[in-house]
Amino acid sequence: MKCREMVELMTEYLEGALSPLDRERFETHIAGCDGCRAYLEQMRATRNVVGMLADEPIPERVQEELLKAFRDWRATGS
Amino acid sequence: MQARPTEPEVDALRRGDEAAFVDAIHTYHGPLMRLAMVYVRDHQVAEDVVQEAWLTAIRTLDRFEGRSSLKTWMSGIVINLARARRRKESRFVTFTSLLRGDDSDRRKPTVDPSRFGRDGLWRHGPSSWDNVPEATLIGSETLTKVKEAIDDLPPKHREVIIMRDVAELEAGEVSRLLRITPENQRVRLHRARAAVRKALEDYLA
Repeated sequence: MKCREMVELMTEYLEGALSPLDRERFETHIAGCDGCRAYLEQMRATRNVVGMLADEPIPERVQEELLKAFRDWRATGS
Repeated sequence: MQARPTEPEVDALRRGDEAAFVDAIHTYHGPLMRLAMVYVRDHQVAEDVVQEAWLTAIRTLDRFEGRSSLKTWMSGIVINLARARRRKESRFVTFTSLLRGDDSDRRKPTVDPSRFGRDGLWRHGPSSWDNVPEATLIGSETLTKVKEAIDDLPPKHREVIIMRDVAELEAGEVSRLLRITPENQRVRLHRARAAVRKALEDYLA
């Protein structure tokens, strides 16, 4: 496998979607290639950094309105 | 993904467990906001959509069959509401932005071919980020770059990376919600992550 092909298989590798044979080839290549190893690490890091976009606190006003709706729903027992 | 017979989170809400509700709206606010903003760009509109989604959820809790997780169910509601909202506003959307991001580019390389030699091996390999200080990698400037890179993605790639990496939905759930094949889901995820990685590489260089 060439590095050029490797980079296009990174997500399939991370997703566990490669066939056992391709997976083995992939891992053999990674073991001996600094560039591809760095690229794979960067794809992992990218996923983690993107994940941090999830941190957004709920505005108090929204929380209060939703809580009120939840209590109303509970009170009417519907 | 296997179907779960009962979903503890949903059961707690059905019982009227207030702590569970507060917990859920806190936990999912960020991911649902990002998801809404895939379709409606305006922050306030996205907030309205997420709020409306929770109200819809409360109203229909009794009918929820619990075959998917609360997060997946909420994601589905947010997607539907946000898409409806966008349709209303679509006269403002240009044609190019609607047409961008089909899957015709799926075979195009995600890494600049000039970085490889004729033998297909790295000529200009990526340099490791091991020496990038953690504070830089997760700093607010980096996050701004990441946000910009995601905003620049074709919508179809954007929705997949947000669902997978921000909302952390499972691959199967995303395929189902978007009605795309598992392979297609992976291709879009790959193209999206590769583009964001490139933006990060440029920024950190």
